[in-house]
Amino acid sequence: MNEAKFIEISGVEQTFKTPKGSFQALRDIDLTVAKGEFVALIGHSGCGKSTLLNLIAGLTKPTHGTLLCANREIAGPGPERAVVFQNHSLLPWLTCYENIYLGVERVFAATESKAQLKARTDAALALVGLTPAAQKRPGEISGGMKQRVGIARALAMEPKVLLMDEPFGALDALTRARLQDELLAIVQKTRSTVVMVTHDVDEAVLLSDKIVMMTNGPSATIGEVLPVNLPRPRNRVELAEDRDYVHYRKAVIDFLYTRQGHVEKAA
Amino acid sequence: MVSAVFHSPLEANVPLSSPATVSVVAPAKAAAVAVPAPVQTVPRKPLDLRAFWMRVLPPLAGFGLLLLVWELIAMNSTTGFPSPLVTAKQALAVFADPFYSKGPNDQGVGWNVLSSLQRVALGFGLAALVGIPAGFAIGRFEFLARMFNPLISLLRPVSPLAWLPIGLLVFKGANPAAIWTIFICSIWPMVINTAVGVQRVPSDYMNVAKVLNLSEWKILTKILFPAVLPYMLTGVRLAVGTAWLVIVAAEMLTGGVGIGFWVWDEWNNLNVANIIIAIFVIGVVGLALEFALIKIATAFTFEEVKS
Repeated sequence: MNEAKFIEISGVEQTFKTPKGSFQALRDIDLTVAKGEFVALIGHSGCGKSTLLNLIAGLTKPTHGTLLCANREIAGPGPERAVVFQNHSLLPWLTCYENIYLGVERVFAATESKAQLKARTDAALALVGLTPAAQKRPGEISGGMKQRVGIARALAMEPKVLLMDEPFGALDALTRARLQDELLAIVQKTRSTVVMVTHDVDEAVLLSDKIVMMTNGPSATIGEVLPVNLPRPRNRVELAEDRDYVHYRKAVIDFLYTRQGHVEKAA
Repeated sequence: MVSAVFHSPLEANVPLSSPATVSVVAPAKAAAVAVPAPVQTVPRKPLDLRAFWMRVLPPLAGFGLLLLVWELIAMNSTTGFPSPLVTAKQALAVFADPFYSKGPNDQGVGWNVLSSLQRVALGFGLAALVGIPAGFAIGRFEFLARMFNPLISLLRPVSPLAWLPIGLLVFKGANPAAIWTIFICSIWPMVINTAVGVQRVPSDYMNVAKVLNLSEWKILTKILFPAVLPYMLTGVRLAVGTAWLVIVAAEMLTGGVGIGFWVWDEWNNLNVANIIIAIFVIGVVGLALEFALIKIATAFTFEEVKS
């Protein structure tokens, strides 16, 4: 298997049919993600970053072009490409434990015993520090905890790729920072391949190995790919004054606000 | 002040129904009992005095007004309209022996209510058996939705009583015809609400199902059914409410033992006091059904994902 081209997207175009005619959301998308790489997709609202993530997830099919994951065409959604949704999407009638178990059961029930499934679920809860909340329902825990359960559910399936759609977008700044640190530690430990949609510049620079910056929609495409060569493990406090960090941050801001600014006026 | 009490429709039902259930004891006796009752509970919660009176006083005033209007009508009536006091005395007699049985046309109020409830339960139960699965199918498959929506739109506005002759013709009996009428009137809310519930399952939940690659059975039991349950229970509540409205009218036409027939029978006997008692009984039973179903619905409603 080609480790440098774990996910391979070539010539992808996505057009939606709307009552007002067809709407081209994405065009000419070419992108490769290496195994174990952390890639951030960043851009203004409506630039099709979530559309691209849904394509990788297999939730939607491209109008043109191909998407490969581990040299196989992405034909539909599956647990090997786990998704952490923006709004956590936990099932409110199941406890945190049951929400995670649902995914674990689907992936491992065929090969493992009940006790092993339980151990996996417990381990996932422990990984995000939510063992005490195992028997609580999503309605009884905070937004940050829900998002952690969502991450635990995705990680517990041991996916080849972790897809995250603005996973911390709905959280307050302090909770977001803590979860980013947790995610850094978890990814360090599990060596997951991650594709994350974000609109937060600091989040993108802090977490990723590669920032994919997208132009404004409609007909959005990849404007620039910025490799982030910051050593790991990363510490947000130390990085705050790091010359390279500031440089990367400025590059992204420059792209977003100088070259791709004024999205409303253009539309 | 008042608006603070009515935060949600569910909450609003509680303060409305609880004082009303208190009056169940003997609505006709309310005039005598009304005032002294709350005084005993006041010293326990001196801090909540204002809120307490706000909860107790307006409903009492409402019932007081009802009794006053009733008394005025009775005083000025030339046709023997019974006063609240006369009705109360009659109610005591009626409720003293609710389960007597002197032949098919003369049974206690308890038997009448139970017979009506039995018909409602049967008709409604059959409607649930057909309507809920039908609602799931219509909600899940667009073809079926487009196929059945015109039929439902056409048939739903028809008064269920219009179906009674068809029932009499097909089932050749008054009792099955009444049950058939209940079936017809309670099936629509259940079909429609279940279908709408299935259509409104948040796409996030279905995406979770897709990403986890869940089996159809798991999707049904772990996602669709729990997500649709609140809608379904709303349908059930509407259906039971309508069924209880319709059974009275249906029984007036079909006869037999039942609260509707009892009303009609007492009209033929010109026993107006019993008709008023029946009205209260119908109201109280309807309220109890509604209250019980709201409680069940609340227990099965979970926080939704906001998208």
